[in-house]
Amino acid sequence: MYYWDKDTECMDRARLRELQSQRLVKTVRHAYANVPAYRRKFEEIGLTPDDIKGIDDLPKIPFTLKSDFRDNYPFGMFAVPMDQVVRVHASSGTTGKSTVVGYTRGDIATWSELMARTLGAGGTTKGDIVHNAYGYGLFTGGLGAHYGAEKIGASVIPISGGNTKRQLQIMEDFGSTVLCCTPSYALLLGESAAEAGIDMRKTSLRVAFLGAEPWTENMRREIEDLLAVDALDIYGLSEVIGPGVSYECMEKSGLHINNDHFIAEIIDPETGAVLPPGSVGELVFTSLTKEALPLLRYRTRDVTYLDDEPCPCGRSFVRMHRVMGRSDDMLIIRGVNVFPSQIESVLIDIEGTEPHYLIVVDREHGKLDEMEVWVEVSPDLVSDEVRALESLERKIAHELHSLLGITVKVKLVEPKTIARSEGKAKRVIDRRDLD
Amino acid sequence: MKVSQLSVFIENKSGRLADVTRTLAENSINVRALSIADTIDYGLLRMIVNDPVSAKASLTAAGFTVALTEVLAIEVPDRPGGLAGIIDILAASGINIEYMYAFVGKSGENAIVVFRIEKVDEAIPILQEKGVRILTGDELHSL
Repeated sequence: MYYWDKDTECMDRARLRELQSQRLVKTVRHAYANVPAYRRKFEEIGLTPDDIKGIDDLPKIPFTLKSDFRDNYPFGMFAVPMDQVVRVHASSGTTGKSTVVGYTRGDIATWSELMARTLGAGGTTKGDIVHNAYGYGLFTGGLGAHYGAEKIGASVIPISGGNTKRQLQIMEDFGSTVLCCTPSYALLLGESAAEAGIDMRKTSLRVAFLGAEPWTENMRREIEDLLAVDALDIYGLSEVIGPGVSYECMEKSGLHINNDHFIAEIIDPETGAVLPPGSVGELVFTSLTKEALPLLRYRTRDVTYLDDEPCPCGRSFVRMHRVMGRSDDMLIIRGVNVFPSQIESVLIDIEGTEPHYLIVVDREHGKLDEMEVWVEVSPDLVSDEVRALESLERKIAHELHSLLGITVKVKLVEPKTIARSEGKAKRVIDRRDLD
Repeated sequence: MKVSQLSVFIENKSGRLADVTRTLAENSINVRALSIADTIDYGLLRMIVNDPVSAKASLTAAGFTVALTEVLAIEVPDRPGGLAGIIDILAASGINIEYMYAFVGKSGENAIVVFRIEKVDEAIPILQEKGVRILTGDELHSL
């Protein structure tokens, strides 16, 4: 077994609980004093920070939703003045506006530490060469893994995504030992290596930290076989901190939540009631140490269950099962969050009317996720000229690309060919095998 | 002078063209000329029919998306250079042709070609000045 900070990660559970209580009280006071949106939520139900004396009072706190970020766009959820914010990241929101998150210098230090734990749990040390193929930019994946690897003292190759041939060459020539990327990109790298005749067993690559999109045990076996690595699942979302929220140890049986920094709950998405360990429901996070963006009972919409049984690795942190689905209609395509409402808004802008459309997501073997948007051709859109229709397809694809940042294939279809059920159209067909 | 053309959007699925022709047959509509422009995923079926208004209504009722466009039906001398003469007139005036296709049947000794022209209102007097005959809808349907 490998550890970055064994004393903390294997901390006694009673001590951990006490630490969580102390930190929760402090976080609630910080959020209440500095974020009007939190203060309003408390006042609406007559709650004051004094009512929160410890972790047992957690269920009294109102939930925070993704829409709170939209309503307070861009920096309204921040609890410190901007001169203390040293970094911002953003992910897509349900409509046009993105979800913006901020970090103080202290938050970046915490995040680096948590990613060091994540990479350390797979045996990463300062002797390693970390091939970081997560995207660098507003997305938290690239810089999150980068800072964690640097914290450990490993040599980081900040290669970011794309250009698979070059990635393989660098991996071979530089002797990369650790891979960080999305699971579908790991599959693509593996397939491409096989096609190029590269024997991964002869390279130095040893372990892969894969996250930012849903995957399965079957994919794990395939990736481990193709790349000759241990493939570990990592989890995070920018609202909570980015990658580093939870991580697998070499047991590969659930992801340890960094409980000294985050409390996880599972709730019934319909009623909001807290469910006991083992029950499947929506994952909710409360941050315990964040300065710029304290987060109280944030509903992630990710569906999973918690396992508080002790892990053979000795870590006291509660484990979450890999994410099993969503309690909303968000799709994750190549690590990018996509909401059908975003696609709808683009089509409304172009067509001027309520569009009929279908999102078809597919993952062909050894390839990245593909998203097609089928759009019914209304009488207003149809033309006698093919080039008018082709330019319409291109325009929709271009608008979607500039909003989402991923390539989308647009296909025009005949009216009434997209199934409507009970007056409401089914918007998504997900052909990826994610069960 | 201008003639109405129907354009029907058809996905590349087997049986769709048959659905269109059956719908027209059931509504006693006679197809006088047609052409298909195709792409990987769909095609555009363009037609001149004897009754474009009721053809559009019946196709729309059958679930098709239909556009009506104005085109010109032009008499073309049925001999070598006949078509070239007409296209030269348009080219010399800087008028672009979007697409064209031949009509089934003849007007006397002349062939009939359907032209979809960018600046149709400019093209009509230029062609007429050069003695080119443009058929009206009624003339076309009585052939």
